[in-house]
Amino acid sequence: MELIRPDTNYDFVGKRHIAIIASWLVILVGLVSLTIKGGPSYGIDFSGGTLVQIKLASETTAAQVREALKETELHGMTIQQFGEQANEFLLRAQGASANLENLATTIQGTMEKTYGAGKVEIRRTEMVGPQVGKDLRQKALMAILFAIAGMLVYITFRFEFRFGLGAIIGLVHDVLITLTVFSLLNLEIDLTVIAAFLTIVGYSVNDTVIVCDRIRENMAKHPKEAIEPLINRSINETLSRTVMTSGITLLSVIALYLFGGSVIKNFAFAMLIGIVIGTYSSIFVASPIIIYWENFKKHKAART
Amino acid sequence: MSKGIKWRALLVLFCIALSLVSLAPTFLRGSLPAWWAKAFDPIHLGLDLQGGMHLVLGVDVDKAIEGRLDGLTDQVETMLQEQDIVFKRVEHLPGERLAVTVYDEAAGAQVDALMKKEFPSLEPMTFAGEGGYIQKNFRLSAQELTNLKEYAVRQALETLRNRVDQFGVSEPLLQREGENRILIQLPGVKDPDRAIALLGKTARLEFKMVAEDVDPLQAVKGNLPPGTQLLYERRVDPQTGTVSEIPLVVQEKTVMTGDLLADAQVRIDTRFNEPYVGVEFNALGARRFDQITGANVGKRMAIVLDDTVYSAPVIRERISGGSAQISGSFSEQEATDLAIVLRAGSLPAPVKILENRTVGPSLGRDSIHQGIVAVILAAVFVVAAMAIYYKWAGVVANLALGLNLLFILACLSLFKATLTLPGIAGIALTLGMAVDANVLINERIREELRHGKTAKAALEAGFGKAFWTIMDANLTTLLSGIILFQFGTGPVKGFAVTLSVGILTTLFTAIFVSRLIFDFYMDRRPVKRLSV
Repeated sequence: MELIRPDTNYDFVGKRHIAIIASWLVILVGLVSLTIKGGPSYGIDFSGGTLVQIKLASETTAAQVREALKETELHGMTIQQFGEQANEFLLRAQGASANLENLATTIQGTMEKTYGAGKVEIRRTEMVGPQVGKDLRQKALMAILFAIAGMLVYITFRFEFRFGLGAIIGLVHDVLITLTVFSLLNLEIDLTVIAAFLTIVGYSVNDTVIVCDRIRENMAKHPKEAIEPLINRSINETLSRTVMTSGITLLSVIALYLFGGSVIKNFAFAMLIGIVIGTYSSIFVASPIIIYWENFKKHKAART
Repeated sequence: MSKGIKWRALLVLFCIALSLVSLAPTFLRGSLPAWWAKAFDPIHLGLDLQGGMHLVLGVDVDKAIEGRLDGLTDQVETMLQEQDIVFKRVEHLPGERLAVTVYDEAAGAQVDALMKKEFPSLEPMTFAGEGGYIQKNFRLSAQELTNLKEYAVRQALETLRNRVDQFGVSEPLLQREGENRILIQLPGVKDPDRAIALLGKTARLEFKMVAEDVDPLQAVKGNLPPGTQLLYERRVDPQTGTVSEIPLVVQEKTVMTGDLLADAQVRIDTRFNEPYVGVEFNALGARRFDQITGANVGKRMAIVLDDTVYSAPVIRERISGGSAQISGSFSEQEATDLAIVLRAGSLPAPVKILENRTVGPSLGRDSIHQGIVAVILAAVFVVAAMAIYYKWAGVVANLALGLNLLFILACLSLFKATLTLPGIAGIALTLGMAVDANVLINERIREELRHGKTAKAALEAGFGKAFWTIMDANLTTLLSGIILFQFGTGPVKGFAVTLSVGILTTLFTAIFVSRLIFDFYMDRRPVKRLSV
């Protein structure tokens, strides 16, 4: 069976300007959204705060949960349904409560007055102090920066600097777009989402490396050929593999997204976007960068 | 069969056998001979999967330094008195300074000489005197400060370990994190409330004399004579359970601390059927207690734990046996825990809970269930897609994929790594990405076949050309996996482990194992067409 015929020859490179404009537009939207919302919405891992996950024996609504908790002084708590069924809720507060266990016990006791004894289960409690949140945020940022730097070094070492440049711009592009989607959908960024970002980074580079590998091979084979058609041909030659791998990886991430449970839903969602964007960027962002770089150098050489 | 194939096949069979042996305790718990289960631990589950508590405590090292300076102030004062040096006062000033104020230069020189001899860890820093007095200032050297902080954190870790051991949790983890943080993981803890109460207490036990001449009601208003301190006594009404706090003024100077305890046990007061904690002093403590009680018969002595008065009994007679009892209105559980913290010793500095994540056992069970379902479905999708698209070559890839999953789990068991929910996500993702290597190889073989090569030559060229592509692609991902592991915390680390292990097993299964299967099939058989 073949999805992509061997003689396929789409003009990817020719459409690079449209692609670049589209990417910039999306990133711009993201930046605007991030500016309006005052940065990404961090989960308690990064912002610090308190979270209590409860499960009720029967279904109810967030408003009713709030009503049941009215007598406790838990103002400013957000109550949000968790998962598909309306019997699990996340209660969240901004401040870091030192006495988390007491808080959980209070919530349980108060709610059992409404829902009946033994009908309210505390499934998870989390408290992250502001200092720890700040540290975790810094560590996550460091991890991403180190990962990017490490890959730039590796690709420069194994290939050439311009390939590395293309790969890095491609992956920054992927992370920015994923960030945009998260901001637009008001999804929270926590530690597991950062793990997803780093996987996207890895995946995007993986994809780019494979295209670059073919470009390098073709350059060696046809040293006289102009850069645009050569890159276009390389992309087409690896297209079958790109579609297969992305498709199959996407299948396994969809399985995670649908059946992995609520706790890793955001993680799976970030991966989902990341894989699609990562595939797009290795074709439409990373490879054209090599052309732009080449033209820029030629231009500079012509001037001097 | 050619020799090369034989050796490679043996290696793969060995890996499979080792994996099965190491995984048996995980899947066949209980039905194995004891030596087997002992040799290979079952895969460790993270707190998010088995339920439990993850705590990060911050040790307030500045408090430890304050405490040290308080102690030094007392010592210096005593020594000056012993040596008959005339001084106005010795005080502990803000900015981690100790100041001795004297009346003239001669006394100043005496102080300098004494300090140099007896307290080499204090650095002199002289300021111009105010109002005709000479103030000699001293501060702890940078080296000493570092040592004190280091000691405080190490001591805190040791004390917390003692407490956790007595609390009775299987396989607790305590480790130092960064400069002054302590990470504690308590798997499967049933009563998180109690764990927090036990671990968070400083448990600084002090005995202080009650300042009988001060009216507590005046003190509450703020009229506190120098050298005294306002504390509260906590009383619980046994009938209603309401807590009341009664003010009590004590002398600031601590007459004795809990450092001199040898043992603490819960006992039941037979008269009121109330629990109390009986404490035994060590030899030095018993002597001190004997002196103090002898000198203060008829006065009240407050038993203070972490600045809360537990009781303030009247000393009726000299107590020379070296034992005392702490009674107060507490439940049996509270008394037990008080005895535990007293036995385990006090923390050198207060700790603060910086991070607390507690997962109940039911959520963990659900997560495992959902994780397994997700992995199985991911595997089914991938296997079906590969078999349909690449036919027999796809089946070979699937075989390699199955072995990949086996090897990942075996590595987790052999390296005693911890499997977390993000870790399971990592496995599901690896299954998706692992086929990439096989896809690359199969696409290359197809290409070579199109160029008119024979089956054998196409196979050779396909594997050969795809090799470095696969290496480059996987090594870059491995790089991000390693960085994630280095810098990541908690859930991120769990994910990084399975991702990194998965990449290594992928390289082995996709390049080595699937090549072996092809070679085995083609060996001694004239294969004209490859099913790719």
